[in-house]
Amino acid sequence: MTMTIVQGYTSAAPATDAPQTYRGDHLLVAGMVEPGSRVLDVGCGDGDLLRLLETRGVDGRGIELSREGVNRCVAKGLAVIQGDADTDLVDYPDDAFDYVILSQTLQATRQPRVVLEHMLRIGRHGIVTFPNFGHWRMRLQLLLRGQMPRTDSLPATWYDTPNIHFCTIKDFVQLCRVIDASMDRAVALNTWGTPLRLSAPWWFWNLFGEQGVFLLNRGGKGR
Amino acid sequence: MVNLHTLHTQRAKAPESTREADQPSSHVMTFGADQPLKLDCGIALSPFQIAYQTYGELNAERSNAILLCHALTGDQHVANQHPVTGKGGWWDTIVGPGLPIDTDRYFVICSNVIGGCMGSSGPFSTNPQTGEVWGLDFPFVTIPDMVRAQAMLIDRLGIETLFCVAGGSMGGMQVLQWASAYPHRVFSALPIACSTRHSAQNIAFHEVGRQAVMADPEWRGGRYFAEGTRPRRGLSVARMAAHITYLSDPALHRKFGRRLQDREVPTFSFDADFEVESYLRHQGSSFVERFDANSYLYLTRAMDYFDIAADHNGVLAQAFRNTRTRFCVVSFTSDWLFPTSESRATVHALNAGGARVSFAEIETDKGHDAFLLDVPEFFDIVRAFLDAGGAVRGLKK
Repeated sequence: MTMTIVQGYTSAAPATDAPQTYRGDHLLVAGMVEPGSRVLDVGCGDGDLLRLLETRGVDGRGIELSREGVNRCVAKGLAVIQGDADTDLVDYPDDAFDYVILSQTLQATRQPRVVLEHMLRIGRHGIVTFPNFGHWRMRLQLLLRGQMPRTDSLPATWYDTPNIHFCTIKDFVQLCRVIDASMDRAVALNTWGTPLRLSAPWWFWNLFGEQGVFLLNRGGKGR
Repeated sequence: MVNLHTLHTQRAKAPESTREADQPSSHVMTFGADQPLKLDCGIALSPFQIAYQTYGELNAERSNAILLCHALTGDQHVANQHPVTGKGGWWDTIVGPGLPIDTDRYFVICSNVIGGCMGSSGPFSTNPQTGEVWGLDFPFVTIPDMVRAQAMLIDRLGIETLFCVAGGSMGGMQVLQWASAYPHRVFSALPIACSTRHSAQNIAFHEVGRQAVMADPEWRGGRYFAEGTRPRRGLSVARMAAHITYLSDPALHRKFGRRLQDREVPTFSFDADFEVESYLRHQGSSFVERFDANSYLYLTRAMDYFDIAADHNGVLAQAFRNTRTRFCVVSFTSDWLFPTSESRATVHALNAGGARVSFAEIETDKGHDAFLLDVPEFFDIVRAFLDAGGAVRGLKK
């Protein structure tokens, strides 16, 4: 597996970013996108990532499930439509975008595998970020309290969470193999949004990474 | 600044006795024999005229023009007092200095559609060949014909690319037609509460309206103007039926409920006992004072015929292929005349064509008419969409 050093990605941000502070994972994702490319952000929320990308000359589009989110995006001048990753990606033609991004979206889809496959069909590259359910605090809550874990970043109870398909970093890597996606970059972020040591083994990432961030390409069969 | 007044062939200030249909209280552009309007029905209309209004000023680069397209019973009087009703313009809540469609920043144009009755050539205009009112001799017009005429007007005004084309309902159809037929001339497009084709249900409603007009004996086979009559009752019924489709069940209930009109108990008659009946009757009777019955027939027909996909081998995405226009499609949750599903189909086709498209569904119980009403979330989106486009186009704040 190829892994590229991603440290230093924040320095790529132009000075115009200054008035707004961007989330660590958004800056990491933005650093993976070639400037000037076409990007589809699936599940773009309030459009913060799209806005960051547009400051870097990216031609960005978004899909968002919630009407409130869409309207806030449009009010920011972003090109966002109301839609559902599970049902609407099928309508997009092959190779329509350079990158398709699933930022904290995959775990909320009904069919993560199908969504990932569409992602790599529509975009030449895919970028996925997701909460790692293998994080030690998750494991500890389940082990000691015997209840579904809740954290500061995932505060919802099991019965009202939009996140219906949690996975661990290890699970995700396995799914990438199943769908023949090659991982060009893989990063685990700790609780403070900073990347873990690259030299660390997978089990370490799976235990101490709170988020996984992956840059994917179509694997050998798809090329 | 470009002095547009030099471009006007005629600035008609109609005396009260003359007819708005021939000499409107607005700018008029006339097109002579050398510039016929080639209609979809195969007829070249010539001469013809377009009545229009403008607000704000065209900048030196001619890059800040917004064309507004009016709906079925609208006209060019967007943001000024209406010459017939004396009421405010149909979009004066959103068009004006400092408003979302800011006339301090944009040059706003709105023309009466071909087939209308407020000064652009239509069935109520005088046929120059006969000196009589056209009536049913006026050729059938389509939405693409309306847009073709508008493009001729825009040419005459010396504008190559419109910063935005915007409109709701039938106006939204024109917006989509503009984007499809003249993609290079439309920098951004704002189609609101509309569709790329008129649905069977909507054709059905229109047919009810037309039959109501034609069933009125005063219609006189479409020659009422020659016989000194007017199909008031027929057109009024058509308007009443149509008006219901512009609202929603919750909106009607909120506004009227089952309340009685100026009485404590039902009269056991067919008098307008209920407030909602009285309201509809008022809507009908006031409409006939400002609108021509034949024009209503022609314009409803134009909407019925509208189907962009049919002009592109049935593939809607082909109509917007490789477009560079920035789109913002807007629908309203309670609109059952042009429901969100129709807008979603438009968005789907735009996406498939690679367009830069935003789509917002606004939550409101005001029905189809919401685009004409004070809906703050809608205003915010219009303003933001134009602001974002203006920044890209380099328009001054």
